[in-house]
Amino acid sequence: MIFDISFIGVVIASIMASSVPLILAASGELITERSGVLNLGVEGMMIIGAISGFALMIVTGNLFIAIIGSMFAGIIISTIFGFLTQTLLTNHVATGLALTIFGIGMSAMLGKNFVGIPGKEFPVFFDNLSESIPFFGPILFGHSIIFYFAFILPFLTNYFLKKTKIGLMVRAVGDSPDSASNQGINVILVRYLCILYGGAMCGLAGAYLSMIYTPQWIENMTGGRGWIALALVVFSTWNPVRVLIGAMIFGGITILQLHMQALGLRIPVQFLSSLPYIMTIIVLVVISRDSRKIKLSTPSSLGKSFYKEK
Amino acid sequence: MLKNFIRYFISSLFFLALTSLSAKAEFKVGFVYVGPTGDHGWTFQHDEGRKAVEAAGMKATYVESVPEGADSERVIRQLAQSGHDIIFTTSFGYMDPTNKVAKDFPNVKFEHATGYKREHSNVSTYSARFYQGRTLLGHIAGNMTKTNTIGYIASFPIPEVIRGINAMTLAAQKVNPNIKTKIVWVFTWYDPGKEAEAAQALIDQGADIIMQHTDSTAPVQTAEKAGVWSFGQASDMQRFAPKSVLTSIIDDWAPYYVERSKAAKNGTWKQQDTWHGLQEGMVAMGPYNSALGAKLIAEVEQLQKDLASGKANSFTGPIYDQKGNIIVAEGSTADDGLLAGMSVYVKGVEGDIPQ
Repeated sequence: MIFDISFIGVVIASIMASSVPLILAASGELITERSGVLNLGVEGMMIIGAISGFALMIVTGNLFIAIIGSMFAGIIISTIFGFLTQTLLTNHVATGLALTIFGIGMSAMLGKNFVGIPGKEFPVFFDNLSESIPFFGPILFGHSIIFYFAFILPFLTNYFLKKTKIGLMVRAVGDSPDSASNQGINVILVRYLCILYGGAMCGLAGAYLSMIYTPQWIENMTGGRGWIALALVVFSTWNPVRVLIGAMIFGGITILQLHMQALGLRIPVQFLSSLPYIMTIIVLVVISRDSRKIKLSTPSSLGKSFYKEK
Repeated sequence: MLKNFIRYFISSLFFLALTSLSAKAEFKVGFVYVGPTGDHGWTFQHDEGRKAVEAAGMKATYVESVPEGADSERVIRQLAQSGHDIIFTTSFGYMDPTNKVAKDFPNVKFEHATGYKREHSNVSTYSARFYQGRTLLGHIAGNMTKTNTIGYIASFPIPEVIRGINAMTLAAQKVNPNIKTKIVWVFTWYDPGKEAEAAQALIDQGADIIMQHTDSTAPVQTAEKAGVWSFGQASDMQRFAPKSVLTSIIDDWAPYYVERSKAAKNGTWKQQDTWHGLQEGMVAMGPYNSALGAKLIAEVEQLQKDLASGKANSFTGPIYDQKGNIIVAEGSTADDGLLAGMSVYVKGVEGDIPQ
């Protein structure tokens, strides 16, 4: 049964679904970091997006409003981050951590009345095809629009960064904000926009979790995925396509360990459930061996505040 | 100036003493929950019990989503310090913290759910014979499964969870000797994301019946989406998955909570270990889905009556473990001691118990 091709197709589909929030959050954070801003508030923005999307879905019944609302909620939190770090020039790390803690607590408070309410059915595309075609059916069909968006996003991000003028500006601001500023680029504005974009993507990632993946609201439902997304950005050496691969690895191992348990394989369960995290660490260590490559890929001004020369 | 100050100071001390006296006089019942009251499962049912206590005229307070471990000790201690006279701690993992705090507050009564340590005379334990409900679930599952695979989402490898798995498997095997029980351990009582993923993995592996020993409605909702059968846990979960849920095991704590709170108030509270089941109504079953068919429903209702009256037992021998050794002899039934410490799977369960 394990080698049955349709079973493998179904498992791959569930791996892909599990990696969607990671791809979205990591892609957003990637742009933020490429502009030189280290936003550790990913987990907080994700969970605020989760409760906002879910609450709007229940209150308005309109899924479109809920999705846009969740992105907006992520933008609000990241605006706070932007104001603190870009205008008030606070330390990026401390601000990001504070916002994560704030986001988790705030979402728990807002979500109190929404616990236990079942979510609305989210529309999927070509559901009937997902069952009729073996292997490719479940992988390609029967998913929501956010799923498809998540798998196109890394390629769009890559194109944006490498081939567009605005992408070049973002990279310039990240690698050498002083030179970029001398060229007339408004460094603070570019960073603000990247922060807001990152916030929107993290909010969307959270909304995916609460509206499509589970779909329910529970306190702390992101379960540390925001931190994994942050790690993914680093271990992909700030390369969007590698983010996609990394997210699939993490999502894949999470799902596979459940299957291994269900198969009755005699591997200790505690080891299996820690496997996704161990794999992330291993890959991080393997990549960090080449310190030159890391230095080349890291946005040079990452985490440093920009002081405009007067 | 000083004379006035001393006057005001002494009169305010006096009033403070008065208010604290009256505050002391009010009888308060405290509840510590491991999950949110909105889980519509385990904690929800305990909260229904709390509401019954309030309806009986006693003041009750609760703290929800308290993690097992150091945090729980802090919360229990806080409740004891703030004038609560009897405190119910509703999760297995609160066992050591409850006993520790009980030592420091000999005048407060502590009731620990599903535990086995009563290290001080002011600690009682109580639990429900959920495994009787599992027997009924197993009987239904053995009849309803077409793939002979039953998926089980398990939380922690404690005797209570293993008892449930075993009771269910034994009952299903009586009806259908070919069934297999596949288990996924999620190591949490409440995490809808993980529970949903576990349910999906089991369904992908061919399980057409999903059971859980976790507290959220995620598994039954996943089963509903996938079009397979499921059972509600601790609370009636039919409205979350109207087609999928065949029945639910319902924990009814209300009568016990009201009785023990009254006893603490009257001063008649004594330490005891309570283990009630179908007979006493602590375990009840949710409405049976019509998809079961009238014949099966009648069978299950009869089995329910027999378990309640003692005519039938969830663990009647001969019972073998996975290696084939006999753990309950032919003709006898497992005693409470064996049940309380159950730590091996019966034959027919796949996999190993995590250590």
